[in-house]
Amino acid sequence: MNHIRSILAAAALSLGLAAPAAAQDPLKVGFVYVGPIGDFGWSYQHDQGRLAVEEEFGDNVETVYQESVPEGADAERVLTQMALSGTDLIFTTSFGYMDPTLNVAKKFPNVKFEHATGYKRAPNVSTYSGRFYEGRTVLGHIAGHMTKTNKIGYIASFPIPEVVRGINAAYLAAKAVNPDVKFSVVWVSTWFDPAKEADAANALIDQGADVLMQHTDSPAAMTIAEDKGIYAFGQASDMERFGPNAQLTAIVDNWNPYYIERVHAVLEGTWESQDSWHGLAEGMTQMAPLSDAIPDDVKASTQEIIDKLASGEMHSFEGPINRQDGSAWLAEGERAEDGTLLGMDFYVEGIEGSLPK
Amino acid sequence: MLRLEKRPVPSRFWTIMTPVVAVVATMVAGGLLFAFLGKDPVAAIRTIFWDPIFSEFAWYYRAQLLVKAAPLILIALGLSLGFRAGIWNIGAEGQYIVGAITGAAVGLAFYPLDAWYIFPLMILAGALGGWAWAMIPALLKIRFGTNEILVSLMLVYVAEQLLAKMSLGLLKNPDGHGFPGSRNFQEYPSAHNVELIEGTGMHGGVLAGFIAVIAAYVLLNRHILGYQIRLTGQSARAARFAGVRPKLLVAFCLGTSGALAGLAGLFEVAGPAGQITIDFNVGYGFTAIIVAFLGRLHPVGILLAGLLMALTYVGGEIAQANLRLPAAAIQAFQGMLLFFLLGFDVLANYRIRPIKREVA
Amino acid sequence: MDLSAINPLVLIASLMVAATPILLAAIGELVVEKSGVLNLGVEGMMITGAICGFAIAVESSSPWLGLLAAAGGGALLALVFGVLTQFFLSNQVATGLALTLFGLGLSALLGQGYAGIKPPPSPRLDVPFLADLPVLGRVLFQHDYMVYISILIVACVWAVLKYTRAGLILRAVGESHDAAHALGYKVVRIRLMAIAFGGACAGLGGAYLSLIRVPQWTEGMTAGAGWIALAIVVFASWRPWGVLLGAYLFGGVTVLQLNLQAAGLELPVEYLSMAPYLITILVLVIMSADRGRAALNAPAALGKIFHASS
Repeated sequence: MNHIRSILAAAALSLGLAAPAAAQDPLKVGFVYVGPIGDFGWSYQHDQGRLAVEEEFGDNVETVYQESVPEGADAERVLTQMALSGTDLIFTTSFGYMDPTLNVAKKFPNVKFEHATGYKRAPNVSTYSGRFYEGRTVLGHIAGHMTKTNKIGYIASFPIPEVVRGINAAYLAAKAVNPDVKFSVVWVSTWFDPAKEADAANALIDQGADVLMQHTDSPAAMTIAEDKGIYAFGQASDMERFGPNAQLTAIVDNWNPYYIERVHAVLEGTWESQDSWHGLAEGMTQMAPLSDAIPDDVKASTQEIIDKLASGEMHSFEGPINRQDGSAWLAEGERAEDGTLLGMDFYVEGIEGSLPK
Repeated sequence: MLRLEKRPVPSRFWTIMTPVVAVVATMVAGGLLFAFLGKDPVAAIRTIFWDPIFSEFAWYYRAQLLVKAAPLILIALGLSLGFRAGIWNIGAEGQYIVGAITGAAVGLAFYPLDAWYIFPLMILAGALGGWAWAMIPALLKIRFGTNEILVSLMLVYVAEQLLAKMSLGLLKNPDGHGFPGSRNFQEYPSAHNVELIEGTGMHGGVLAGFIAVIAAYVLLNRHILGYQIRLTGQSARAARFAGVRPKLLVAFCLGTSGALAGLAGLFEVAGPAGQITIDFNVGYGFTAIIVAFLGRLHPVGILLAGLLMALTYVGGEIAQANLRLPAAAIQAFQGMLLFFLLGFDVLANYRIRPIKREVA
Repeated sequence: MDLSAINPLVLIASLMVAATPILLAAIGELVVEKSGVLNLGVEGMMITGAICGFAIAVESSSPWLGLLAAAGGGALLALVFGVLTQFFLSNQVATGLALTLFGLGLSALLGQGYAGIKPPPSPRLDVPFLADLPVLGRVLFQHDYMVYISILIVACVWAVLKYTRAGLILRAVGESHDAAHALGYKVVRIRLMAIAFGGACAGLGGAYLSLIRVPQWTEGMTAGAGWIALAIVVFASWRPWGVLLGAYLFGGVTVLQLNLQAAGLELPVEYLSMAPYLITILVLVIMSADRGRAALNAPAALGKIFHASS
């Protein structure tokens, strides 16, 4: 291993690629996406961040990107290739790129890496993610008010902590304003299958759900909700164009400020490895404009929640909260620790059904 | 009008020349496509075909060509045996997944024990897993005459669900903060499929691929079983008279291709990929079918076809990053290359003759 | 768990919609295979149809023009396969797979400007009076036109294959191209027409996804539907009404699975998602165990290369 590392380092040095770009050269920033940039969800939002970087720094940066990169061996090659061709800062935007990012970072100590949603860091690898569950709290609050049938349909992908956290946060907020509310969760075992997501939306609507939430990537459920005249929430991106009447609001993953900040840090020479978990406060989690279908008083209370979550006056998980089996999780006034949230693998009390194991 | 006339024996000249002609034709057609997209066609073609082998960083890419080609070649070799005999296993993707799962499961069961025998056991388990998954369509075909194309294909989707189940459940890394995916074998030396010679990309799977090429060549040309396979492909009836037992042949061909696909999966999961994840499979099993035909079902041909496919993958990635070609353009380009290769192949076996009267 | 929430009539209505894309693709593939050609590129033709239909529908604001374009686009792509396999005598399995690869790439290229746009709405066929019938109304008479057109296509294919001379010739070509050739039929021309028809149907199926069922364009949106269509043809042992049954069963299992979950039935999700495929295998086994019948329907020359030597 040391052997190849030294070859790579030597190659990088001899070409003058290792040090951050000299003053006249633009800083080369790379982005690796897991889906096509036209997915109008996860990868699309990251690419918006790339465009924001280009806009902000103009000729001082040059960006490169690669879309639809499979996780695993292919990612490692793509990253190495980027590093070899002189990229100074690389954003790897999917959880599955974690180990490949660390591996490549080891070989290129002078290239800086930013890995989204992971938990492994190194001197030249930072991690970052959004506190999207804060957005779920907002959705839950609105859904609890807006539902007439007291049945919220939830289209979920896989039972990973990120998704479970979202269900819990939304449920707690909905329950707080509507004690009769029930969540009906459908696991579709895919991140992206528009037809299946549409079928799941139809199944939930057929069984009486009148507000839909989703934790999958396509806007299919939104279009179905629009078609059937019920409400839904956008995921990752503002999906208003798919459901002008149906969308109540959307959780928008806004990477722009973070990407600009980190590129700035590299340009200034102040970049350091760190872990960022940003929410409504920093603007990484954003809410799309609230729909006019929401009554004014609910709009006001929703805005209040957004403000309080942003200011830290309120937390999505604040005791007393029990686990689904009735055992105590958080005592009165106690807030969930980030560690517990990051590994969340249980439902909170009141949610029916059990997590697929 | 032109018509085709079958050659008595395949033309040696065209057998060698058609791939060259096809690649050149693809360069022209692909160049037009890239030019249409507003990219420099010459630069794009050079990036895809030249840079991975001869550019400044070729020492890295050449190794990656082997890494990328190894699973394709391993799987395609196995498939070619069955295809020659008219036994259609198109579910290699599923066997690849299951081989990776069983192999990884054995490795993880020993964690964190440090012993020399763990990796060999994993190889065995991987091959067995792929073999067992392929024996499902084999047994159903033997016992009930069920169409193996469909059963093997359906089992791909079952295997994909199994993969999701395993990465979320049984094989999930207990120290992974609840995230899906197994432990990474790159951090478990006893189970890691390491590079045999550093910096060359030569891992166990590449070695296995080379061995398999030689073994398949010997089998097909020097062994009675190879003769039986070829005979069955030419005429199933004649084969039966010659003493071929079709059921045994089905079991052998499907089983072997499954085992090889399973091996490919194991080497991938324990090496380049590193871990079992929901999206572990990236379509090698399907691409290998094309590789098998591009190589004309011949072991050496498959070796070359696998390397050519790998070249378009690696070169395509470079073109995406350096020239901002969309991933979709690369995919369409690969499709074109395959069309031309398959289409021009006709020249090897047929002669084009002008004729006077029109014949449809 | 509240299974009473599942209304079987609603379930049937939604499974008809869910099954229409695969039904269209499968009935097209049936005709192709009846002519003795195995085209594994259904997925590629579907996705190409999906984007062609979507783009033209958006540009012209007419869903009908879009569907027409989808059929045209699918047929055109299928003819690439047709020319390669019929004139250049390439291997059908490999060419079909290459067609899928090419179609996925081409559609993504064509669709680059169309992500995030809403297509014009497709008209529904609310048959007067009948649509208001208490039970059957919702199931039978409240769908979009394409649901009925797809059933009509199945009926036509069935009638043509069974009762007409054209159908007889098609079957003869699929049964033994050499014999058909000796009788003076233009084997290549007939197969090309069958391949184009198959492509048109697959294209329609794709456009049904992008224009009606989902409705939107996203890369890779067929997500494997083309492969399932291939399975259904064999499942149906090459009988048109069998294709209808197969498509509805397959659509049904998926929809039922999601409905059971929505009703709160706790079943391991991954195993549930496996169910449609396992059931298809099971049916395949049961059918093939009933020796003879399936084999009788299978076109004898399926996948074999035809070259007129005289």
